[in-house]
Amino acid sequence: MKHRTLYFVLALAMVLSLALSGCGKKATGPLTFVLVPKNLGNPYFDTANNGAQEAAKELGVTVTYQGSAAADATQQIQLINSLIAQKVNGLAISANDSDALVPVGKDAIKAGIPVVSWDSAIGKEGRVLHINQAVLHDIGAIEIKMALDLTGADGGKIAILSATSTAPNQNAWIEVMKEELTKPEYAKLELVDVVYGDDDDTKSYNEAQALFKKYPDLKVIIAPTTVGIAASARAVTDAGLIGKVFVTGLGTPNQMREYVKNGASPEFALWNPGDLGYLSIYVLHALATGEIKGVAGEKFTAGKLGEYTIQEDADLGVNVLLGPPFVYNADNIDQFNW
Amino acid sequence: MTVPSSAEGDTLSKSLINAAAPPRTFLARFQRWEWMLVGLIVIVVALNTALSPYFLDAQNLSRTSSDFMEMGIMMLAMVFIIITGGIDLSVASNLGMCASFMGWLFMAGVDIWIAALAALALGTFAGFVNGTLVARMKLPPLVVTLGTYAFYRGVAYVLLGDQAARGYPEAFTYIGQGKLLGTLLPFSVALFGVLAVVFGLVLHKTTFGRYLFAIGNNENASVYSGVPVARIKVIIFTVSGFMAALAGLVLAARFGSTRPDIGNGLELSVITAAVLGGVDINGGAGTMSGAVLSLFLIGLLRFGMGLLNIQGQVQGVVIGLLLILSILLPNVAHTFSGSGRKLQRHSLWAIIAFVVVFIAFVAFFFWSREAVLIK
Amino acid sequence: MSAQTAPRPHRLRAIARFREAGISIFILILGALVALRAPAFLTMTNFKDILLNISILSIVALAQAMVIITHGIDLSVSSMIGLVAMMVAFVMKQSPEFPVITVVLLGMALGAALGALNGVVISYGKVPPIIATLGTLSIYRGMVFFYSQGTWINSFELPRSFKLLSKGTPLGLPNMVIIALVFAALVYFFLNYTRTGRDIYAVGSNPEAAQMAGIRRQRVVFLVYLLSGLASGLAAVLWASRFESAQTNTALGFELQTVAAAVVGGVSISGGVGTVPGVLLGALLLGLIENALPLVRISPFWQLAAQGLLILIAVVVDNLIARSAKGK
Repeated sequence: MKHRTLYFVLALAMVLSLALSGCGKKATGPLTFVLVPKNLGNPYFDTANNGAQEAAKELGVTVTYQGSAAADATQQIQLINSLIAQKVNGLAISANDSDALVPVGKDAIKAGIPVVSWDSAIGKEGRVLHINQAVLHDIGAIEIKMALDLTGADGGKIAILSATSTAPNQNAWIEVMKEELTKPEYAKLELVDVVYGDDDDTKSYNEAQALFKKYPDLKVIIAPTTVGIAASARAVTDAGLIGKVFVTGLGTPNQMREYVKNGASPEFALWNPGDLGYLSIYVLHALATGEIKGVAGEKFTAGKLGEYTIQEDADLGVNVLLGPPFVYNADNIDQFNW
Repeated sequence: MTVPSSAEGDTLSKSLINAAAPPRTFLARFQRWEWMLVGLIVIVVALNTALSPYFLDAQNLSRTSSDFMEMGIMMLAMVFIIITGGIDLSVASNLGMCASFMGWLFMAGVDIWIAALAALALGTFAGFVNGTLVARMKLPPLVVTLGTYAFYRGVAYVLLGDQAARGYPEAFTYIGQGKLLGTLLPFSVALFGVLAVVFGLVLHKTTFGRYLFAIGNNENASVYSGVPVARIKVIIFTVSGFMAALAGLVLAARFGSTRPDIGNGLELSVITAAVLGGVDINGGAGTMSGAVLSLFLIGLLRFGMGLLNIQGQVQGVVIGLLLILSILLPNVAHTFSGSGRKLQRHSLWAIIAFVVVFIAFVAFFFWSREAVLIK
Repeated sequence: MSAQTAPRPHRLRAIARFREAGISIFILILGALVALRAPAFLTMTNFKDILLNISILSIVALAQAMVIITHGIDLSVSSMIGLVAMMVAFVMKQSPEFPVITVVLLGMALGAALGALNGVVISYGKVPPIIATLGTLSIYRGMVFFYSQGTWINSFELPRSFKLLSKGTPLGLPNMVIIALVFAALVYFFLNYTRTGRDIYAVGSNPEAAQMAGIRRQRVVFLVYLLSGLASGLAAVLWASRFESAQTNTALGFELQTVAAAVVGGVSISGGVGTVPGVLLGALLLGLIENALPLVRISPFWQLAAQGLLILIAVVVDNLIARSAKGK
C-alpha cells in the first residue's frame, strides 16, 4: 500500500508534463491582447484569429487565442477569470451568452482591462464597445433579397433554419427578416416556418429534411448560420431537390464551395471573419494606448481597413461597424480559401 | 479501486452487485486517499506558484473559487447517492429547469425571493420524482435520470424559449457575486462550506449516514436488517433535487441572468469530482472530506492550467487522465506486487500485442495528421 | 437490482419478448398518432429518412447493448466516433483515390484500437467502466482537437466515392441501411449462436457463477469494449460519409442516445438481459420521436421535453409490462 503515494506522484508528474508540453509560450512584449472565440475548433473563429495575428504583427503586440472547449457560458467565464488573473492588456470576446458575461466583463473593466466584444455581443455594461460585423438590418435584408433572387419574381414559400434558440444574433436577424418581409416588394415571399438546428450538423440536417416534407412546395431555406447552411445544402443535394429548393444564408466559402457549384446554394453572404478579428485587435490597441476612450463620435484608423467612427445606437450601445456583408457566388468563390 | 480482497490475485473485480467488503479496510484506505489528495493539492499549488506569478493572489483565487461552487453544491448530494450505489444524471438539467422557472416567474413580475423559493420547491419535487421512480418503481437510477436529464432540460426550454431572464436585483445577485463583508471570501464559497460540514456530519455521524453505506454495500442485506431502503432512496434523490435547485439559484445569481441552457453538461463534472474524491462508484465507500478536497484539486488544477493558457480541450484530457490513473495505477501496482504472481506466457503475448497496436495507432495518428496539416 | 436469484433463461426470454411487444405497440400507437396529424409521415421518402437516421444509432447502440449486458457502460463512443471520423476524413482528403472498402476497414481498426484501450483499462486495470469511459470521453475528444488543430474537413475535400458509401443505392436501399442490417444480423448470430456470445450474458447476469463455469471474465469484458470501439469506428466512417464532413464536435453528446436506445430497447442496466431486436426497436423508437416531433409541428422548445418524457414513459410502461409478466 505504501506504493500508492509513489504512484500518485508518478501519475501527477505524467499529467503535468503532458499539460506543460501542450502549453503555449509565456506572453512577452509590451502589450498582450487575447482573442476569445465562442469555442475552439471552429474554422470561422480560427479565420478571425488569422486576421487578429496579422493586426498583431502590424502593431507589434502579442495576441493569444484562447477559448473554452465547448460553446458554453460557464466555461467561458472560467476562462475569462483566468485571463483577468493574468492581467492581460485587453480582451476581445465573442460571447456565448450576452447577459451571463456581463458580471465578469465588469470585473475585467474594474481591473483595468479594456473589454470589447466581437461577433456576438456582451450586454452593454459588460464591455466598452462592440465590434459589429454588419448592421443587423443589412444582414436580415440581404438574406431576404437573396431569397427573392432565388425564387424569382413569382416568390414562394421560404423557411428559416436557425442555430440555437438562445443565440442573440440569430434572433435579432430573424426579427429583421420578418420586418423586411412586410415590404411590398417581398409580398410574394411567404415565411412558413422557423426551425432550430442548434448549430449541430446532424440536427440541422434532420430539421432541413423535415422542412421538405412539411412543405413540399418549399422554395428557399434561409440559414443564417454557417453550420445550418452547409447541412441544409447537403440535405437538398441528398434529397435530389437541387433546382427545386435553394439554400441561402450565412456560410463560409470552404464549406459551401461544393454546393455553390452544384447549384444547391447558388449564393450566400458573410462578412470576412478575418477582417473582424483584425479590426478587434486594432480597437483594443487604440483603447489600451488611450487613443480612444470608447465614446461615440471618436475616429481611429485600423490599418488596411481604413478609418472608422465609433457610433452608438439603442440596441447595441457603443459599437464599431465592420462594413457591409459580402455576397459569395459561383463567380467569385474560388478567390477565397478559408 | 478494487477492494484489496482477502484472496490475493483474485481476478474478479468488484462488480456493481456488491460483494460485502470488510468495512475496516475501507476506513483505513480512504483516510489514506484523502492524504493523497492533500498531497496532490500541495503539489499543484507549488507547481502553479512556480510557473505563474498570478497564481497565489488572494483576489484571483477568490474570483476563481466561485466558479466551482455550483458544481460543489450538487456534488454534496451526489456523494450520498453514489455511496448507495446510485447515480443522478439529471442534476444539471434540474438546475437549468429551476433557474429558468425562477427567471420565468421573475419576468412575469413575481418578487425575486418568492420566485427563488418556488424554484427550490420545484427542484425538490423534481428530485422526489426521480427518487420515487427509482425506489418505488424499482427502476435503475441511471435509466430514470437519463430520462429526466432530457425532460427537465426540455422544461427549461419550454419556460424561457429563446428569451433570457435578466435584471435580477442586486440583493439577489449577491448570492452568486457577493463577498462576505470586509473579506475576499465569496458568499457562495461560505454557503458551500457550511453545507459541506452539514452533509459531512450527516454522512459520518448519523444513523442515516450509516444506512447509506449499508445500502451501498449490500442492498438486499440492508432490506432484511430493517433499513428503510426505499424511503432513504426517495430522501436522497429529493435532497439532490433541492441542491440542484440551490445551485441553480447561485449560478443564475452569478450570471445575473438565466437562459435555458444554463449549467449544461455540469453533471459529468460533478460525478468526476465525487469519484476523484474517492467515492466508490459501485457504492459503499467514500468520505465527504475526500470529495471536497477533490473539488478543490480540480478547481486549482483548472485555474492553474488556465493561467498557463492551456487550451480547454487539453484541460479536459488532463482531468480525464487524472481520473483514470488515480484508480488504474494503484490497481496495477497491486496486481504486480501481489504475492509475486509471475507473468504467464500468454499474458505476456497479450501485453506485447497491445503495445504493438498502441504504437501503431500513435504512429498512424501523427503520420496522417502531418500529411494534411503541413501543406 | 441484485442478480443473486437470476431467473432461468426461458423466463428471461419470455420477459424480453414481452418488452419487445410493449415497445412495438408503443411505436405503432405513436406512428398512428403522428400519421393522423402529418400525412407526410407515411411516405416512402420519410421511411427512408428514418431508416437512414437510425442506421448509425443502431450500430453503436447494439455495441453499447453488449457492453451493458456485461454490466458495464461505454460513455466514450461519441468521442471515438469523433476521433475516427476526423482521422478517416484526413486520410480521404490526402489520398482521395484510396479504395472505399479499405477506408471502412481502417476506420474499424482505428476504433478497435481505441476500444481496446478502454477494454484493457476496464478488464485488466479493474477501473469501473463508467469512470474509465468518462475519462476517455474527454481524452478522445481532446485528441480530436489536437489531431485536427481545429480544422474541419468539408464536403468539397472528400471524394465522391466516399460520400456514396453511405448514400448510394445499388441494392435498392441506401448502403448505410444495408450495412446496419448486416451488422445487426452478425451481432444477433454472435450473441445467440456462439459460445463467446453466450458468455457475454453469463458474465453480466452472474459474474461469480460465470467465473466458476470457467469463463474468462476479463477476456469477455475486454472483448465487448473492443467491439464497441470497432462499431464506433464503423459508425464514424458512415458518419463522415453521410454528413460529408468531419468537425471537432462530430457526434458530441451521442453517447447518451446510444445508452437510451439500448435501455429503451429493454437492455437491463444491471446486466445479463437484452436482445438485438429489442435494441433495434429502441433505436427505431428514438428515431421515430426525432423524426415525428418536427413533422407534427411541435414547437422546437417542446421537443427536448417531449423526448425525455417519451423515454420515461417507454421505460415505465415497459417495466410495468415486465412486472406483470413476471407476476403471472
